[in-house]
Amino acid sequence: MELDLNSILPAFLAESYEGLDQLETTLLDLDLDDGDAELLALIFRIAHTIKGSAGMFGLDEVVSFTHVVENCFDRLRDDSSHLSQDLIGILLACGDHIRLLLKKVETKDPVDHLITTHGNELLSKLSSMNGMNGIDGTAGAGQNSGTKSIESGYAINDNWHISLQLSLDSLRNGMDPLAMLRYLETFGEIVSIATLVNAMPPISSMDPENLYLRFEISFNSPADLEKIEEAFEFYNEGSTIVILPPNSKVSDYVALTDSSNQDSHVGNALVATGALSRSDLNGALNPLDELIEQVNLDQVPVKKPLNDTLAENRGSSQMVESASVRVDSAKLDELINLVGELVMSSAGIALNGASSKDDKLIESISTLTDLVEEVRNSSLSLRMVPIGATFTRFKRLVHDMSNELGKEIELVITGADTELDKTVVEKISDPLMHLVRNSIDHGIENAQMRIDCGKPAVGVLTLNAYHESGSIVIEVNDDGAGLNRDRILSKSIENGLVEEGQTLDDEEIYNLIFKPGFSTAKNVTNISGRGVGMDVVRRNINDLRGAIELSSEAGVGTHFKVRLPLTLAIIDGFLVSISSDTFVIPLAMIVECIELETINDTYDHAKNYINLRGEVLPLVDLRELLTIPGDMAKRRNIVVVQNGHNKAGIVVDQLMGEFQAVIKPLGPIFNHVRAVSGCTVLGTGKVSLILDIPGLIQKAISKQSHDTSIRPMKSA
Amino acid sequence: MFKYEENENDIYISISNDLDIYTAIEFKTLLDKVVDDKRELEINLAEVTQIDCAGIQLLMLTKKERDKRNLGLSLVEPSNVVLEAFGFLRLVSYFNDPVAPNNRKGDSDGT
Repeated sequence: MELDLNSILPAFLAESYEGLDQLETTLLDLDLDDGDAELLALIFRIAHTIKGSAGMFGLDEVVSFTHVVENCFDRLRDDSSHLSQDLIGILLACGDHIRLLLKKVETKDPVDHLITTHGNELLSKLSSMNGMNGIDGTAGAGQNSGTKSIESGYAINDNWHISLQLSLDSLRNGMDPLAMLRYLETFGEIVSIATLVNAMPPISSMDPENLYLRFEISFNSPADLEKIEEAFEFYNEGSTIVILPPNSKVSDYVALTDSSNQDSHVGNALVATGALSRSDLNGALNPLDELIEQVNLDQVPVKKPLNDTLAENRGSSQMVESASVRVDSAKLDELINLVGELVMSSAGIALNGASSKDDKLIESISTLTDLVEEVRNSSLSLRMVPIGATFTRFKRLVHDMSNELGKEIELVITGADTELDKTVVEKISDPLMHLVRNSIDHGIENAQMRIDCGKPAVGVLTLNAYHESGSIVIEVNDDGAGLNRDRILSKSIENGLVEEGQTLDDEEIYNLIFKPGFSTAKNVTNISGRGVGMDVVRRNINDLRGAIELSSEAGVGTHFKVRLPLTLAIIDGFLVSISSDTFVIPLAMIVECIELETINDTYDHAKNYINLRGEVLPLVDLRELLTIPGDMAKRRNIVVVQNGHNKAGIVVDQLMGEFQAVIKPLGPIFNHVRAVSGCTVLGTGKVSLILDIPGLIQKAISKQSHDTSIRPMKSA
Repeated sequence: MFKYEENENDIYISISNDLDIYTAIEFKTLLDKVVDDKRELEINLAEVTQIDCAGIQLLMLTKKERDKRNLGLSLVEPSNVVLEAFGFLRLVSYFNDPVAPNNRKGDSDGT
């Protein structure tokens, strides 16, 4: 049993974290449309599920804490009039606390005193909120004696009646009903249990690993149907579980708890009819309805809740099906890697096939190539996830920060469906967070200042995402004060980033904020302004082969534009060669290709730049840079590449055309090599290096500026 | 492990391990052999370290089958684990008084 639980613990944790994320988003949505019943029901269910599953794992701290929170949601569900910003704030903090407790479980750290105290504080805050009196008793003691206090304070009602007929292989699946019944006791009192052995076959045909016991339980608990069902969640398949609510008529109730009677009526009837084995029950919902008719129970209440329960089961299993399959991302990476190999070897086959001049072979190969292409596309799409989830996470940030700073900020999200590679999503989250923080902290003014400027009191922060020619663009816009040109300049001079008297245009000044060690915030807040940030943002984005642009207008707002490749696994490349070596240049960065000869007269060998239609274009001679041996080709070409606003020309021998490259990382031994960013395998099986264009451009520019001694600014 | 002893009038089985799904087959094999035996059957539960529904249902089955044949069965010296489980599942009466020798009251309402 213990082993089994341990192996599903990670799944439980993952689900709970997801639940908490959802809880958070939902709570924040409540901000807008006050007391939406559906949302309230949703948050209740989330808390409920977490508590229920935590109980299965014996995570008492989590159960007792979540219980109080759940109670609060329950109350809100009935009466949302107490909903207030303050309450939502506390509930959000409670969500964080649950997450913390779960993290402790995950890392197997003990929950220390500090955390418990913090939890209790939250609970007492929660209970002191208007209308939450009912949970007073639980709040203080919740952490230590949760279950006991849960029970107290409720009048003894009629009891729930639970009839458990679990699937034959429950035991074999590691489910011991005993453990589950003990779990029931954590949120109620088991008044009586009848353990029934009637279904037991004769000893000769009895399989000791099957479960034949049935249980009729009389259960006293303030919990609702959903909560009780939750306890049996793991037993759904092949099991028949009937839960009768306590408000059944007393006479019915008495008749039902008379367990021996009921056994003959319900249990044996169902199984003994023979048409239905226990394990078939779950799959055969409709026949079951008929069977119940046949059994002709005079106990009307039995039928209704049974149908209800089954209908709910049906609903929930459909929900699970329509949701998603959880796959280890390492497995996905492996698949994509393999597909990459497949693409390459199929290209190899195509090459060899073409030279064989066998028409039939060529035709089959072409079909194969098409299929491989499709396989590749669809497996790459497996990695694509909408960016919406990342955006939504900022809702909480905006909510918390605007409260803290006393600003009113509305977060507008558009393009949440825009998909991009999962790895990119993960890595872009932090830089984006930083941009959002900066916009809230430095960008958007407080309400009074905004009104003084004639702007609406509520500031608007917009997150937008869209696809643009093979890359995804993410925009972070605010309608705040804009960047303060003079302040940035004076600060930069102060920090020695710029020399006094240097003339810079607006754009250059704005880009100073990406320099290491830059910060203009007058007060260093705990949110931003420590001067480590924008440079890290830029570096992270560059590491993703992306770029960040910024524009700003005083009094109107600031606009960040982050451009990222859709996937890190494949690039559209352009194949070039020097002697017999081939190199790949990312196609998206290529502006044009020109022949070196035609502009030979403007080529200044000493300074390595050319005059391209009146523009200075620094050059990098790849042969020279990589010291490739061999004779200089007669005709050489320049590939003009661009990264952001910087352009450079790369001198190569031959242009070989477009090529889709599956990127393979280089080993750590090549980490220090600046000119290449990865490698790929060509259809012929030859390895080709992928050039690190931003790095090369940087090199070209710095060489040029070194030579000409202008614009030391760019020589970072 | 399951220890088996017999004499002219009695069969003694004593269990000194977990009585659960992992030992159920072994226990059942043993029961198959003795269920029809006319001698008195005594199962000693003093050293049962853990019990689950698989173990419980085997004991219940034994009781049922022996009753059906009008043969005797005594469960003796149940360990605390067994007592607690029987108490929790309200099974003490099912096994009648033979399950008594220890302090039956024990902690029969769960932990």
